[in-house]
Amino acid sequence: MTLSQQALARAATNENSGANDTILEIRGLKTYFFLERGVVKAVDGVDVAVGRRKTLGVVGESGCGKSVTFRSVMRLIQSPPGKIVEGEILLHRKDGATVDIVKLDPRSRQLRDIRGAEIAMIFQEPMTSLNPLHPVGRQISESVLLHQNMSRPAAMERAEEMLNRVHIADPDRRVSEYPHQLSGGMRQRVMIALALSCNPSILIADEPTTALDVTVQAQILDLMRELQDDFDSAIVLITHNLGVVSQMADHVAVMYMGRVVEYAPVYDIFHRPKHPYTIGLLNSVPVLGRKENNRLVPITGMVPSPMDDIRGCAFAERCPEAMQICWEQSPEFKEHEPGHSAACWLHD
Amino acid sequence: MIGYIARRVGVSIAVVLGIALVSFIVIQLPPGDYADGYKSFLIEQGGATESEAEAQAELFRQRYGLDKPLPLQFLVWIRDMVTKGSFGFSFAYKRDVGELIAERFPRTLLLAVLAHLTSTVVGIVVGILVAPRQYSLADNLAAFAAFVLSALPRFWIALAIMFFLVFTLEQEHVTAFHSPQFVVVPWAFGSLEEISRTWAKLLDLLQHIWPVVVIAGLGGVARNMRVMRGNMLDELNAQYVTTARSKGLTEGQVMRRHAVPNALHPIIMYQGTSLPYMLQGELQASIVMGLPTIGTLLLTSLRNEDIYISASCLLIYGVLLVAGNLIADIALVVLDPRVRFS
Ligand SMILES: Nc1ncnc2c1ncn2[C@@H]1O[C@H](COP(=O)(O)OP(=O)(O)O)[C@@H](O)[C@H]1O
Ligand code: SF4
Ligand SMILES: [Mg+2]
Repeated sequence: MTLSQQALARAATNENSGANDTILEIRGLKTYFFLERGVVKAVDGVDVAVGRRKTLGVVGESGCGKSVTFRSVMRLIQSPPGKIVEGEILLHRKDGATVDIVKLDPRSRQLRDIRGAEIAMIFQEPMTSLNPLHPVGRQISESVLLHQNMSRPAAMERAEEMLNRVHIADPDRRVSEYPHQLSGGMRQRVMIALALSCNPSILIADEPTTALDVTVQAQILDLMRELQDDFDSAIVLITHNLGVVSQMADHVAVMYMGRVVEYAPVYDIFHRPKHPYTIGLLNSVPVLGRKENNRLVPITGMVPSPMDDIRGCAFAERCPEAMQICWEQSPEFKEHEPGHSAACWLHD
Repeated sequence: MIGYIARRVGVSIAVVLGIALVSFIVIQLPPGDYADGYKSFLIEQGGATESEAEAQAELFRQRYGLDKPLPLQFLVWIRDMVTKGSFGFSFAYKRDVGELIAERFPRTLLLAVLAHLTSTVVGIVVGILVAPRQYSLADNLAAFAAFVLSALPRFWIALAIMFFLVFTLEQEHVTAFHSPQFVVVPWAFGSLEEISRTWAKLLDLLQHIWPVVVIAGLGGVARNMRVMRGNMLDELNAQYVTTARSKGLTEGQVMRRHAVPNALHPIIMYQGTSLPYMLQGELQASIVMGLPTIGTLLLTSLRNEDIYISASCLLIYGVLLVAGNLIADIALVVLDPRVRFS
């Protein structure tokens, strides 16, 4: 199946799934780092939403603010130097209440109840994301004990069950093993088991397969898809791999320079991209079966520094379509078609 | 794991033998021997002629085996140590070196271990506290104090403390382990009265030895603090700490369960190597404070070429270092799964 066919198939299933409510809304989020040499505007006005039980793919070049955006959601930004300076992160909680995560104290009970229990996160480096001194079972049961009213033995049993769910063979033996005794792929499975152990409604996966071999990568993605159905979780999949996005995502947010520049259902991103940067991204990766133009066209030019003060569109310098207005005013991020938003003067 | 420990013990024994050889050779390096000193003593104080004195010195050499070739002297020394537990004979004290050292060893060890514990505990605790507050006022103050403490010469601090004790606090006895009235009090716990006197003696002991403990420990506090702070900063930036936070643990739990234990490991490993600093500090502080420890014994014996004392003291220091390293290695094997299972 080609990339675009996959996207088409996923779009088709989306039509039937009905329930169209959101679980997480990020509005006008700005997260800056105040360094001695200047202010790094890592996230500079991000708007994006995550649908319940849906997968949001987040793509963009390295350094565009993908990780910082979703670390902000978990309030994992180190402060100082980092600070959320503006915006809202609205979480629709399991109990029906809506909470603005930005307003919570990072040390508060309320935030700790959200971390792990409602939003869980896995990271790029499976080699270092687990504590080398604790057996993996204990690292999973630690989270279970924290959020669920369970005895220690019951929590350990839950850990073992989770290892089984992520298809680790001999879970009864593996629970007492240490991270260094497991391969990279197995550690990432353990991280997934840990993240899902308390049934979170959102799983944020920050480049979960980037550090893994291609075959292992495919297995991990299959696993995530399988578990998403079982656990009813929404997934935020941060990646720079468009192939992964086309296989996994329901919606895609394309980020550039700390902003979301295009947001649309996965089919539209691949078939009717609006933003020249999205088009550039699509042209710069090989796509199987794309006949009309098999030449790879890299996006030229340099990403401006996030410390620069930019007037107009941040992509103007690299944009083949740049017009006069692009240099003068920043395009607004807005919906141009139902469900399809972009920040570009071409569509105004 | 057992195999690893056995290997480490074997290597340690070999290292101790090497240290014994080197200490023996090193103290032979200065020209002359104890008999030469004895000879000039006879000429100057006893009015003996050059040849009479030389004959006496020669007799002395024969009696204590100083005329034998060095390798033989060394072998005899080691043999007696292993078979008879004898460390040789002190010419100056006219006593068995083993006895002399046995008298001083427990106190020396007490001082060194107290200094070591103080420096480790204080250093680590301060390191843990300042790391999450990098570049804060507390962090900078601690760094400043650490620099000053490790830069000031120990003998100078010892003199300053002594000056302060004697002239400001008017403490009467500074260069001893006890005030005279406590020297003969036994460490006994039979009756209530005995216990209270033992307690008073203990307090008196602490009053006399704290300067040495503090002085010997200060440099270590600075070192441990810097190392612990650095380790903590590394660990706090590690991915698994973020994982721990993202589980919903409190910051205190993240520290206690995850960051601190990982940061402690390099410190444990390095405890073996920080023991020399404690011994060196104990040595300097004891010499200036005039406490009868192995340090002062070594200094006197070096002055009058009382070779068996010098060699035995050096050997003891060597054994302590090797033992410290061995204990640190074993502790790490027991604590760290990555070492334990490989
Ligand atoms: N702790 C930090 N201190 C200073 N700058 C940071 C920090 N974390 C991230 N940044 C900056 O924020 C920008 C976005 O980073 P990030 O979100 O990690 O990018 P990516 O899209 O690759 O995940 C980068 O320019 C990065 O240098
Ligand atoms: S706003 Fe202008 S410069 Fe920016 S992407 Fe659109 S066309 Fe290009
Ligand atoms: Mg990233």
